[in-house]
Amino acid sequence: MLSSTAKNLYWMGRYLQRAKSTARLIEATQRAALQSRGEEAAGVAAIFGMEDEFRQSQRQSGRLASLIDFLVLDENNPSSIVNSIGAARRNAREERNNITVDVWESLNGLWLELSGRLRGNRKTLDRGALIESVKKQAVMIFGAAQVTLLRDEANNFLQLGAFLERADNTGRILDVKFHLLRPDGDPNAEGLDYFAWSELLACVGAVRTYRRIYRSSLHPMKVAELMMLRRDVPRSVHHCLWMVDLNMRELAETYGTRGEADRLAGELHARLRYVRIDQVFDIGLAKFLGTLRSDIGTLSDEIGRQFLLD
Amino acid sequence: MAAKAFDEMNSGMDGSVRLPYRGVADWLASTSPEHVAATRHEVDQFYRRHGITFGAYGATDGHETTIPFDIIPRVIAWDEWDYLQKGLVQRVRTLNAFLADAYGKREICRAGIIPEEQVLMNAEFVAMAQGLDLPGGVHAHIAGIDLVRVGEKDFYVLEDNVRTPSGVSYVLENREVMMRLAPELFAAMRVLPVANYTDELLATLRSVSYSDDAEPNVVLLTPGHYNSAYFEHAYLADEMGIELVKGSDLFVDEGRVYMRTPRGPQRVDVIYRRVDDAFLDPLAMRPDSYLGVAGLLGALRAGRVNIVNALGNGVADDKSTYTYVPEMVRFYLGEEPILQNVPTWCCDRSDDYKYVLEHLSELVVKEVHGSGGKGMLVGPTSSKAEIEEFSGLLKARPDNYIAQPTLALSTCPTFVSQGVAPRHVDLRPFVLSGRKITIVPGGLTRVALKEGSLVVNSSQGGGTKDTWVLAPDAPSAGSQTASQSGDE
Repeated sequence: MLSSTAKNLYWMGRYLQRAKSTARLIEATQRAALQSRGEEAAGVAAIFGMEDEFRQSQRQSGRLASLIDFLVLDENNPSSIVNSIGAARRNAREERNNITVDVWESLNGLWLELSGRLRGNRKTLDRGALIESVKKQAVMIFGAAQVTLLRDEANNFLQLGAFLERADNTGRILDVKFHLLRPDGDPNAEGLDYFAWSELLACVGAVRTYRRIYRSSLHPMKVAELMMLRRDVPRSVHHCLWMVDLNMRELAETYGTRGEADRLAGELHARLRYVRIDQVFDIGLAKFLGTLRSDIGTLSDEIGRQFLLD
Repeated sequence: MAAKAFDEMNSGMDGSVRLPYRGVADWLASTSPEHVAATRHEVDQFYRRHGITFGAYGATDGHETTIPFDIIPRVIAWDEWDYLQKGLVQRVRTLNAFLADAYGKREICRAGIIPEEQVLMNAEFVAMAQGLDLPGGVHAHIAGIDLVRVGEKDFYVLEDNVRTPSGVSYVLENREVMMRLAPELFAAMRVLPVANYTDELLATLRSVSYSDDAEPNVVLLTPGHYNSAYFEHAYLADEMGIELVKGSDLFVDEGRVYMRTPRGPQRVDVIYRRVDDAFLDPLAMRPDSYLGVAGLLGALRAGRVNIVNALGNGVADDKSTYTYVPEMVRFYLGEEPILQNVPTWCCDRSDDYKYVLEHLSELVVKEVHGSGGKGMLVGPTSSKAEIEEFSGLLKARPDNYIAQPTLALSTCPTFVSQGVAPRHVDLRPFVLSGRKITIVPGGLTRVALKEGSLVVNSSQGGGTKDTWVLAPDAPSAGSQTASQSGDE
C-alpha cells in the first residue's frame, strides 16, 4: 500500500468525524440556547479555537445564527461541515479502489445531497435538516466501513484518523465548556445549572448514558469522568485513545516495526486508563486536558512522520 | 459521398449474411425489440454501477459520462484474424526496430530511406533518450494499431499508436457485459477469450525490468483522477495487482526510484506510465510539471528503472513518419509488408501539397501530430465554408498536415434510435512486446454512431462494440459466405 493511500484514508476518517462532531455540537448548543439564555456563540467558537476568526468575519454579530452558518456553510472556514464532507469525499474518491462500493456510495450520496441543498436559496435553506442529515449519514458511512471493509492496514488508517479526531473533539468540548461553567475549575462548588450541564453531555450524545451509568443527578466531576475516563463510552477520550492504540498495534504487527508514534499512543492510552478522576482535578482539569490535547497533536504529527504521510 | 461501404454482416455473396455473422443474424432475428430495449438498459446500469466512465474533465459534481456500448458484436473469422495477427506482429517488430535505430545509429537515415531531419527535427524527438540500451531492445511495449476495412480482403493501417494507447479496459469490460447478456449466443459461436490480457501485460512489463529479481516491482503511473482515462488506469492496476501511483508517490534517491509506503521506501523496477513524455521529469522535461518525478530520466539512463512505453516514441507514430513504415518493413526485416498503408499525401512535399489543395473536397486532411479526431477535415461531408476555412489553415502551415483519400470504412449493424442500421467501424488491436510478442485476439471496435460519420473517436460521439474472434474450429470459422445454403 502507498503512503498516499494511507494518508487519504486517515484524513477521510478525520474529516468525516469532524463534520459529525460539529453537527452534534451545533445541535446541542441550539437546544440549550432555546431553553436558557443568550450568548452561546462565543463559547462554541472557542471550542473550535476560532473566536478570532469568528469575530473578524464580516457578518459577525455575535449571534448564534451567524455562527452556525460559519460552522456549517462557510466556504472560507476549512473546518465547516460542508468543507469537511467535501474533503472527506475527495480523499475517498482518490481511493475508490481501496474502499468498498458501500462506503463510497454512502459518502458520495451525502455529498450529493449537501450539494443539492446548497444550490437552493440560502435564506430558505433548512439548517436543521442539513445538520440532522450529516449526523445520521455519517453514522451510516462509519457503519458501512465497519461491516464491509477488509480488516487490513487501509482500515487501520481510517480508524486511526476517526478516533484521533474524536478524542480531540471530546477533549476540546469538555475543556471549553467546563471552563465556561466553572471558571474556578472547582467541581464541588455550590449551585448547578442543570440545562447547561446536560447540554454538555448532549454534545457527545451521552445524556441517557449518564443516567444509565450513575443513576444519580448531574455532577460536574462525574460528567468529566464520563467524557474522559469511561472506557465503555464510545465517545470518551479513553475509549478513543484505546482504539488508536489498538490500531497502532495492528499496524506494528503488519509492518514489523515500531516508532515514536507507537510509544506515544501506548502512553496516552495508559494515561487515560489508569488515572483517577480526583487525581485529574488535583492536577487541574484545564491543565490535564491542555497537555493531553497537545500530546494528541504530537501523536498526529508522529504518525505522519512514521508512515511517510507528509 | 464515397461508394457504398462493405458491410461486415450483410456483404456476403448476393447480399447474403457473411458466414461469421450467421449466429449473430439469427440471434437478432429471433430477439424481440422489447427484449433488446431491456438488455440495453441493463447494459447502461452495469456500466454506471461499475463506475466505468470516461471524460471526467472538470466533472466535480460526481456525474460522469459513459461511452455508449453497442450490444451487436463485431465478428472476425479465424482466417481473417490469423492474417491480421501476422501483419500486426510484423508492423510492431518494425516500429520497435525503427525506434531503436532512431535513438541509436540511425542506419535507416544513412541508407537514404528516411531523411535524418524527419527524425531529429521531429517535435516528438527526445534527445535524452539517445544511446540507451533498453531491456530486450523494446521501445513500444504496448502498441495500439488502428485498422480499417474497406472490402472482403482489404484492410489498411490507419494509424500506429505507440505512445500511451488507451481503450483496452473497454475490450475487457465489453466482453464481461456480452457474456452476461447473451451467454447462449456466446457459447454457440466459440469466441476466443480476451481475459488474459492483464496477465500478459504484467508478464510483458516484468520481462523488461533491468533487475534480475524474480518478481520485479511494477507500478502504473497515472496523471490522476482528472485524466479522462483514469478509470482505465485504476482498472488495469487493480487487475494486475500493482500499485496505482502518482508522481508524488515516487522519488529518486541515489539514482534509484522508490515509492513511499507506510512500511518505508520500496524500490520500483518498471514504471508503466500513462503520463506524456513532457511531464515525466520536471528536471529533464517541462519544469512546471507536477505529474512526474524529479530525477526519473537520470535513473532510466543509469539502467535502474525502465519506463514503459519508452520516451520519444512519438517519432514513430506521427502521421508523416507513417508514410515510411512500408519501407521500414523492407529495410529492417527484409520482408514485404503484410498490412498496407492508406495512400497518404504529405503536404510538406510540394507536389503533394498542390494536389491536396485542389482536391480538398474529396480528401480527409489531418494534423501530423493530431489525435482524438480533432483538427481534421473530412472533405466529402464538409460545407464549402468549412473547406474554405481549412484551406486557410493548410496554406499557413503545409508541413503540419497530411491527406488521405476518404475511405469507405466498413459498416457493422448497430442499434440506433430507429432500430438496427449500419454504422462505420474501425478496430484497434493491442500488441504487447516484451521478451516475446503477444496479442489477445480482437481489440477495441469503435463505431461512429452518427449516420454516415467516419469519425469513431469517443470524444467525438463514437461508441464501442465487443470484438469476437472466432476459434479456428468454430462452426462458422471461415470468412467466406456459405454458398446458397438456404434457410436453417
